[in-house]
Amino acid sequence: MVMKTSEESRPTERAAGIATPWPADIKMRAAGLDFYYGGKQALHTINLQVPTGRITALIGPSGCGKTTFLRILNRMYETVPHARPKGEVLLDGEDIFSLDVVGLRRRVGMVFQKPNPFPKSIFDNIAYGLRINGIRGKGTLADAVEKSLRRAALWEEVKDQLHKSAYAISGGQQQRLCIARALAVEPEVLLLDEPCSALDPIATAKIEELLFNLKDICTMVIVTHNMQQAARAADYTGFFLMGRLIEFNKTAVIFKTPARKETEDYITGRFG
Amino acid sequence: MSLRTGWRKIVNVVMLSLTGVCALFTVSALFFILGYLVYYGGKSLNWAFFVNLPAPVGEAGGGMANAIVGSGKLLLLASLLGVPIGFLGGVYLAEFGGRTFCFIVRYITDLLNGAPSIVMGIFAYTIIVIPMRHFSAFAGGMALGVMMIPIAVRTTEESLRAVPLVLREGALALGASKWKTVATVVVPAAIRGIVTGIMLTLARVAGETAPLLFTAFSNRFWSQGWNQPIASLPVMIYTYGLSAYDDWHRQAWAAGLVLLALVLAANIGARFVVSRGISFRRV
Repeated sequence: MVMKTSEESRPTERAAGIATPWPADIKMRAAGLDFYYGGKQALHTINLQVPTGRITALIGPSGCGKTTFLRILNRMYETVPHARPKGEVLLDGEDIFSLDVVGLRRRVGMVFQKPNPFPKSIFDNIAYGLRINGIRGKGTLADAVEKSLRRAALWEEVKDQLHKSAYAISGGQQQRLCIARALAVEPEVLLLDEPCSALDPIATAKIEELLFNLKDICTMVIVTHNMQQAARAADYTGFFLMGRLIEFNKTAVIFKTPARKETEDYITGRFG
Repeated sequence: MSLRTGWRKIVNVVMLSLTGVCALFTVSALFFILGYLVYYGGKSLNWAFFVNLPAPVGEAGGGMANAIVGSGKLLLLASLLGVPIGFLGGVYLAEFGGRTFCFIVRYITDLLNGAPSIVMGIFAYTIIVIPMRHFSAFAGGMALGVMMIPIAVRTTEESLRAVPLVLREGALALGASKWKTVATVVVPAAIRGIVTGIMLTLARVAGETAPLLFTAFSNRFWSQGWNQPIASLPVMIYTYGLSAYDDWHRQAWAAGLVLLALVLAANIGARFVVSRGISFRRV
């Protein structure tokens, strides 16, 4: 497996400069993180640890800051003018704000709310991330495309139409294509921003199953409005409300015995 | 039926008919021009028109081979100047520019677009023809090229802006730089609109006469080179159309038809080429 090579170099070596060694079971950590859109504060002192090789769900009502938080983890917020974070976010002990943004996004991939395949063939969509990284060999690309499509459980459905338009397949397939595209560059973390919100229940179930199987190769953070989805798919769940992280724990704890009243109210559907 | 409802229905019918009549008028004007052109031009069109030089004054027959090639050369020169500047300028406005600077550029581009074509001719005349002391294909090409820039800029900009943000984010999230994203995802997604826009500008300047009158001038023979006067179809139409000879009038009609056909062919050809790519509009 290709992941092995990056496995060797992390996490302790990278964090060697830090006094206490970076714990291997933590992939990312936000500490005292504030976030502003212009003068408006969207996040207030978020402290959250993303466990390695697990699925972490972020839930909360619309506008609570969960997507904002997700978009900080790969610095996608930078596309918004006047958006700025304050505080610390570490990836394997390294400050993400001082990393090269291109390098960071190769390590922290993202899948969006609506399937957004490029107007290219299925093959070219998957190969895109590799090509921009300078990988050209036909055989290498073909192998990588097949591997990514298999990981995204899409290979069997599209193997005979790799050179057809990515828009020729269904919405659920397109979303798995986008997951395959993100996986092709072998990210360490995969961020998913409501990846099933535009899909029907069957396509949703497929994606959840797929995410479960991806735990071996990457850490995942998923924003979802669907609480059943969080309960089914996630190992850990964080509840956001009005820009604050109210509670973060194992999913079972959050859904069965939440410590805070706000969490309980939200989960039982009393607001939001 | 109350008075009010009746009145509403009348207004409705009147407005509907009015818009319909105007739409019909638009189409019929176009077909009228086309029909006229095909009728008169088609009658005078023959093989000699495409391969022969203009006949000496007073002699019947002859053709406009030099003007057809000349128009092609002028458009080539114009495209070499107008397409890269217009396209890259449009990319800058849509993808990279800051707010104030873009506002100024956009405003000036629109002003430039409204500038009368004869002014472009004077401009090229002043900065190229006068220093060179003679008319030339270069001067004509430049006048036309400058005229292409504003529409090329704005159509490129608008086509790029129509590309959904999520496509850009998809590429950025894979670690593509801004420029890579634009070059490999956004521009290919918008290429149809961009090419259509550029073909429109080309079609527009292909028919321009005024700026050529005192830049490229005209030529009754094959042009002796890029910095010599050169014939073009619009100027030939102008000269022949105003002449006193029936034969020249017929040739002017033929030239009009050929010009239209060439523009149409270029348009269809370009659309055919880009339609084989995959567009984001096909979602």
